[in-house]
Amino acid sequence: MAKARLIGDRTSRVMVQAMERRAADVRGRVFQFSLLATLLISLFILGVLIADVMIDAWGLLTGRPGGFLSGTMRSLSDDPKLGVQQALVGTFWIAVFVAVLAFPIGIGAAIWLEEYAPRNRFTRFIELNIRNLAGVPSIVYGLLGLFLFVQSLGDLTGGKSIAAAGITLAILVLPIVIITAQEAIRAVPQGLKEGAYGVGATKWTMIRSQVLPYAAPGIFTGTLLSMSRGIGEAAPLLLVGAVSGRLGGNPGFFDLSAINAESFMAMPVIIVEWVQNSGRDPGFAEAAAAAIVVLLVFVILMNAAAILLRNHFEKKRG
Amino acid sequence: MAPEMVEPEATPHLHLDIDRTGQAVAPDATGDPVFEVEDLNVYYGDFRAVQGATFTVYEHEITAMIGPSGCGKTTVLRCFNRMNDLIPTARVEGRLNFRNVPLYDPRVDPVEVRRRIGMVFQKPNPFPKSIYDNVAFGPRVTGMAKKKGDLDDIVERSLHRAALWDEVHDRMKDSALGLSGGQQQRLCIARAIAVDPDVLLMDEPCSALDPIATTRIEDLMQEIKDDYTIVIVTHNMQQAARISDRTAFFTAQLDSTTDQRSGLLVEYDRTETIFSNPSDERTENYVTGRFG
Repeated sequence: MAKARLIGDRTSRVMVQAMERRAADVRGRVFQFSLLATLLISLFILGVLIADVMIDAWGLLTGRPGGFLSGTMRSLSDDPKLGVQQALVGTFWIAVFVAVLAFPIGIGAAIWLEEYAPRNRFTRFIELNIRNLAGVPSIVYGLLGLFLFVQSLGDLTGGKSIAAAGITLAILVLPIVIITAQEAIRAVPQGLKEGAYGVGATKWTMIRSQVLPYAAPGIFTGTLLSMSRGIGEAAPLLLVGAVSGRLGGNPGFFDLSAINAESFMAMPVIIVEWVQNSGRDPGFAEAAAAAIVVLLVFVILMNAAAILLRNHFEKKRG
Repeated sequence: MAPEMVEPEATPHLHLDIDRTGQAVAPDATGDPVFEVEDLNVYYGDFRAVQGATFTVYEHEITAMIGPSGCGKTTVLRCFNRMNDLIPTARVEGRLNFRNVPLYDPRVDPVEVRRRIGMVFQKPNPFPKSIYDNVAFGPRVTGMAKKKGDLDDIVERSLHRAALWDEVHDRMKDSALGLSGGQQQRLCIARAIAVDPDVLLMDEPCSALDPIATTRIEDLMQEIKDDYTIVIVTHNMQQAARISDRTAFFTAQLDSTTDQRSGLLVEYDRTETIFSNPSDERTENYVTGRFG
């Protein structure tokens, strides 16, 4: 006996129609489009900024790129020896200070907080304050640097020096380094830790062999991005004494005596300086644009290094 | 260090073991106790996860812990190698002796405990390193291998023991993450036995595996139980019935004073007794599928 059909011809037709008619997911489309729009807006603004700066800087950078990189601060914008070497030296050594101070201290603090610290009110209080510190305006760090590293510890740092500025910026990025490193460490799967403990690893061995290699890509990305942010800061450097105008010497890149010499220059400050000068001497606007391009390239190179390092460690992670 | 063979003693508990081929093997006697658990209570903060468990695990045996979710069987297992120390709020009361050493004595070093009592986890957790480095990890961190050649020997022997050597011997430098789930779990077993432990704890080692991989692991457990004592937590009653010598049945019992459920050891006996003639009604309901 044939079984009764479950669906008749008419139902079947309606069903086929319903399945073939794609419902217009209007809200979904609108949402997707607005997401795309937000991305395009930010990219557009960035593009305009870069284009504007590049157009202004073009003449100077194509005209005498070497001279601009090796030149010094001058009082007139058409001085053929005008350039950013002093500022580049300053920014380079500030970056070294940040790397040497903020990275080990920040990563160490993050390891302690994630792996050793007891989960109690005190630890939560510390973590909350680290998060708060990450939001403190940079000028406040400048004040701290001025009182602590320029005045109180002036004998060590040489007063308004690269050393004082480097330590100040290291402290500025420290909370960000701690937070990003903590997040990278927290993302290490519990299974890996237990696997290491399970065969008789000590806590230190477990951290060294599992936690750090696994967290390394995240830690590197976070720390180097925070570094990029740090060396772009102008406000705190103005307070700890990047000089405007009357910088005598032109130290080479590896002239270590310049580190605690009184007075120095840094890229963000020279940009501020030249923009201010462009009022009386319009040629400085071009110089400021060129300096912005140099700083951008510096930061991009550093981010490229961060990406290469991250890929290297990710490959090792398997 | 292969545990010394224990001479069968005359004991009233003689019984007949049937091995996987269905062949009767000589009746064996009870070996030395490995874990002696007495009135064990485990707390997570104020929550009592296990209440008053008392039982003994004997060497050369596979002891299975079964029971519904939340009955505390994994918690008890993780006490055996002090893995619960990793949970800050965990607290253990009662007596838990490992070969006559009180495991939770303050003088006992948990790192050494975990070297002697290996663990295989529910989800295969190979390190993101090469197959070789996974197995070599334990011997390296515990300083077992003095020479490079020793380490190679240990790795090869452990992989043989875990029935994985034939599949991986020509790609020892490849990442362990490229192995299948079943291979990864056997790699984790090889990693655990590479440090030559006395006991292997297995926390639902087959729950993430397909039936074929499960069979391989079960065969493997039968093969290595001559050298190790195995304690296994399993959700799979058939698995406990197939492989274990003794079975502990846990259940989650509602505590009327705190209104919280906590794990209770209902019955512990020879596996065939638990599955064919349990003395507690709750055990019978569970193993016959009427509950849980």
